[in-house]
Amino acid sequence: MVSAQTIAPFNILLVEDDPADVELTLDTLEQSKILVHIEIANDGIAAWEYLNSIGANNGKTKPDLLILDLNMPKMDGRELLEKIKTRPELRSIPVVILTTSDAEIDIIRTYNLGASCYVTKPIGLEEFTKVVNAIQEFWFTIVKLPPR
Amino acid sequence: METSKQLQPIKVLLVEDDEADVELIRETLLDSKISLKLDIVNDGVDAMRYLSQKDKFSDAMLPDIVILDLNLPRKDGREVIIEMKSEPHLMNIPVVVLTTSDAETDIVRMYDAGVNCYVTKPFGLEQFQNVVKAVEKFWMTVVKLPEMK
Repeated sequence: MVSAQTIAPFNILLVEDDPADVELTLDTLEQSKILVHIEIANDGIAAWEYLNSIGANNGKTKPDLLILDLNMPKMDGRELLEKIKTRPELRSIPVVILTTSDAEIDIIRTYNLGASCYVTKPIGLEEFTKVVNAIQEFWFTIVKLPPR
Repeated sequence: METSKQLQPIKVLLVEDDEADVELIRETLLDSKISLKLDIVNDGVDAMRYLSQKDKFSDAMLPDIVILDLNLPRKDGREVIIEMKSEPHLMNIPVVVLTTSDAETDIVRMYDAGVNCYVTKPFGLEQFQNVVKAVEKFWMTVVKLPEMK
């Protein structure tokens, strides 16, 4: 089951504005045995533009999973999430929130908006890596993702 | 806030009709260091009664997470999801589907309906236990669950 799944890389859209967090998340995801293809958007607008330009001929693939920061310039993660969930062709893509915010209002609100799960960025490099690994392992080896 | 939350056991509602599956999931969940309070109902009608604190469930507390089978007697899991996700006080409770169905229509339909993740029951006891453990570990140690009032 797992081996058949790992033949094609999983497409991830990482929406994150902090360069250090981008770097760390990218390194962690790419060092795993699970094959991934990662697109990066540095704010909600860039992510929204990417999602709207998905097409068979331009190499822009529909992500299997979104990893979404909340506090970002231009369009923040809450607004992007809301937009995604109103679009029938995008709404089934699981969205993992990965943020420094542990405000209860953010947690409740993003679950209400349809986030699949809410994960806080822990302090410390090693802990951060563990959390990213846990996300990757759970979503790509345990969960059945929507078909492409 | 963090510490007060972790002192409380995580409240899990398991909605599952198959007795053998209930037993296996129950044993696997409880056989871990994670402190949780597990309630079990066997069909969708009871699941909705539990979540609405009706009838014999008047003392039930809202769960922090629901583990939901799809093929259930009386009211199936698909209907439960749709009802939960349209109720403002239930829509933010994470729902993990755990089912034998790997039909694409179910997978797409359930994600569209707002299920938080879709997991299939694998064949084999050990694989099944591993999947339950993985669900427990991810949802109860990595994820921030909403605080249920």
